[in-house]
This record gives sequence, structure tokens and C-alpha cells, in this order.
Amino acid sequence: MKENSTIKSLDPRITRADIPKDGQLSIDIKPLDQWQTYEVFHQEKKGDHHSHVGSLHAPNPEMAFLMAKEQYARRGRCVNIWVVKTSDIFTTNFEDEDMYTTNDDKMYREAGGYKVMDRINKYKKEHKKKEAVK
Amino acid sequence: MYGGGYIFDESASTELDDAKKLEAFEARIEAGEKIEPSDWMPAEYRKQLIRMIEQHAHSEIIGALPEGTWITRAPGFKRKLALMAKVQDEVGHAQLLYSAAETLGKSREDMINDLISGKSKYSNVFNYPAETWADTAVIAWLIDAGAIINQVANSKGSYGPYCRALERICTEESFHLKYGHDSVVFLATGTPVQRAMVQDALTRWWKPIMHFFGPSDKISVHNTIMMKWKLKMASNDDMRQKFLDMYVPKIWDLGLNIPDPELRKDEATGKWHYTEPDWEEFKRVINGDGPCNRERLAVRKMAEEKGEWVRRALMKQDERYITPLA
Repeated sequence: MKENSTIKSLDPRITRADIPKDGQLSIDIKPLDQWQTYEVFHQEKKGDHHSHVGSLHAPNPEMAFLMAKEQYARRGRCVNIWVVKTSDIFTTNFEDEDMYTTNDDKMYREAGGYKVMDRINKYKKEHKKKEAVK
Repeated sequence: MYGGGYIFDESASTELDDAKKLEAFEARIEAGEKIEPSDWMPAEYRKQLIRMIEQHAHSEIIGALPEGTWITRAPGFKRKLALMAKVQDEVGHAQLLYSAAETLGKSREDMINDLISGKSKYSNVFNYPAETWADTAVIAWLIDAGAIINQVANSKGSYGPYCRALERICTEESFHLKYGHDSVVFLATGTPVQRAMVQDALTRWWKPIMHFFGPSDKISVHNTIMMKWKLKMASNDDMRQKFLDMYVPKIWDLGLNIPDPELRKDEATGKWHYTEPDWEEFKRVINGDGPCNRERLAVRKMAEEKGEWVRRALMKQDERYITPLA
């Protein structure tokens, strides 16, 4: 009876587990079953900024760090990792990106807002004329 | 590693979308910009992307099972360590891909439920058994090779989080490919028994390998909008041709026989001729009637059930779900 109702696998561990062939999922996988999400930032080498590399699910910061190490620092360079709960990050929408553009009336804050060559050239021209008159 | 042969919806309707926003969206893709989670996107783009990334994630999770079959009986400690590392990589890839899919608004719990109920699909090849150790070698070499061709193409697609996940995944795949090639070469250059073993595995796996890139362009709905939106970066047949071009010579180099009498390269056109794979079987297997579909899902179900108490024990009262940012 049991022989025919459980999975027979090439993997002996699966055969030993006596998994029913036609069982329905006996649990309800509800929201937060996989916990909350964390965002991961890693630093490739000392002196670099930390950069965002992706997100993961974890029940607490310590587990988030372990998962981040496995998922985002498995290959390649990494010297440091930050994990932050996604819900703790405040962001703006790309739709509002115009708030970051520099307005024309704030050019006094930019290097390009200061143009001196016209005045210098004008001054030099006039100065030379005066020299010539003398 | 295992993305390939995605099943898309047949129609992509854009009727309901704002025409101006759609135009701006398509212009950005045309210009090679990446779309990010908080950007406006057509409903159909979101839907097809979720389906595609989710299928890819499920394929990584289920794909760990055929190879995992042989971990306990790997020939030697070094091979056991390497196979364990590879299988862990695949499960890690699933984590990266689930995270990318979640940025589009489908929760991980919903994706797991849809996998177990059979609503979501995964790559068809993992519904076939790994009968011997040599099967794992052939999978690691040739299925991973197929996946790399598909993933390198898709990493140049339009959705930022998916592209970034694929880039990270492709870096790890390069080890799989070398490991798989090494394993096949070891058997193919070994004793007559070892050679026979790897030849058998190749014969068994040729059909799933040819199925891997999905139905022929002749019969699959030619979805121009998927190409235009850079969700699909190459046609199924183009990827299959690329695979044959890169790997058939390497297989023949080892003196192994590919079980297709029609297989040859037409030097005039540069295209490979092959026996058209059985697409009816492909459909039958993807819809549940393959040699291992039932086992794969039963094992996944058992893992969710047995792990539940751990997940619950670690759950906290103040947790709240926020869609990942990028």
C-alpha cells in the first residue's frame, strides 16, 4: 500500500522521506511567511562608496547579513556589507526627478555661473587703448 | 543558470495604456535605457516580466533537484564539494531572481504558491531524471551552456533589476560551465565503461537539450512586442543555432555521438540542420505529464512544509512587507 503511494526517486534521500505522491500542500503560505525584505549594499574595496546590489528576505539583521554574504558576495570582491530594512528606506519617485535639476536662477551655486573672461578681455582692451593714448 | 524556453502569453494588448506614456516608455527602451521598478510601464510589460522572471527563478530551484540527486554518491570528495557548490549557486540564483520579480509587485509567497499548485511553469528539462552520475556532468556542461546563451542575451534586456541579477548570475555560471566540461571530458577520455556512461547520458539528454530554448519560431507565436520591449532578446531558433554552433564541434571532438542522423551544418547558409524536436511532447511535459514533474513538485512541497516551523519561529510581530526597491 505504502509502496505505491509515496515517491520513489533516484535520490535515496527523497525515497526515504516517504513523500505522498498526490498530497496537497498542507500549509497556507501567507504574506510574510518569507519574512520582510532587506536591501543590501556592498563595498568592493576600502575607500569606495557602498553600492546597492539588491534585496533579500530575512527575519532579522543578523540573518540578513548571512544571506547577503551568500547571495551577493559569493564571487568577486567585497570587503564590507550593509543590510537595511526596505521599510526603513525613504525614497523619491523617478517621476519627481525634476526636483534635482538645477534651476537657471540658482546658477550662482555653480562654477559655470561665473564668467569672468568677457570682463577681463574688455578691461585689457580698454587698458591697452589708454596706454596707447599716453 | 537555468532560464530558457519561457512561455509567454499569446497576446500583448496595449489598448488600455496611456498612449503618450507608452510612446515615451518605448522611446526610452529604443534608446537603450533601463526601466526601473518605480517607472511607469505598460500593464502587459509588467505581467510578461513577472511571468518570465518567476519562471526563471522556479527553474533554478527545481533545477537543483536533478543534479542534487547525485550529491550523496558523487565519485570522490573533490567532486562532491564542487557539485554542492554548484547546486548552492543555483538556489542562490533563485533568490536573486525572486527578488527581481518582486520589485514588480508579486510577493514571494504568491510565487511559491503558484509553483507548488502548478500554475507557474519552470524549465521543461528538469522534468527529466538524472539517471547516473554522468547525467549530472552533461547537465552541468550543456544545460548550463544553453542557459548562459539565453542569459547573456537577456542581460541586455530592458528591465534594470533583471539585467543586474543576470549579470551576477552569469559570472557564477562560468564556473559551472568549466566544471561541467571538465566532468564530461574526464569520463569521455576515461575507461570504456566511463565513455559508455557519458555517451548514454548524452543520448538521454539530447532531446531535453533541443527542447531547452523553447518551441520553434515556425510554430511559436512570433511576438514582435516582446522583442520591441526588449523582454526577449533573441528568437528561440536563433539561440538554438548559436548553441549548436558553439557546442556540437566540442562534443564531436570527444568522439561522442549525438543521436540525430540529420544533424549537420549547411556550409552555404551557416545554419544547422536537425530533426525537428517533438513539440507535442514538450507541451505535454510542461503541462505536467513528464517523467519527474510529480516528484519535483512533491519535493518542493515537502521542503515548504518541513521548513514552516522554522520560518514561523523566527517571525516577529512588527514585520511588514515592503516591495523591494531595485
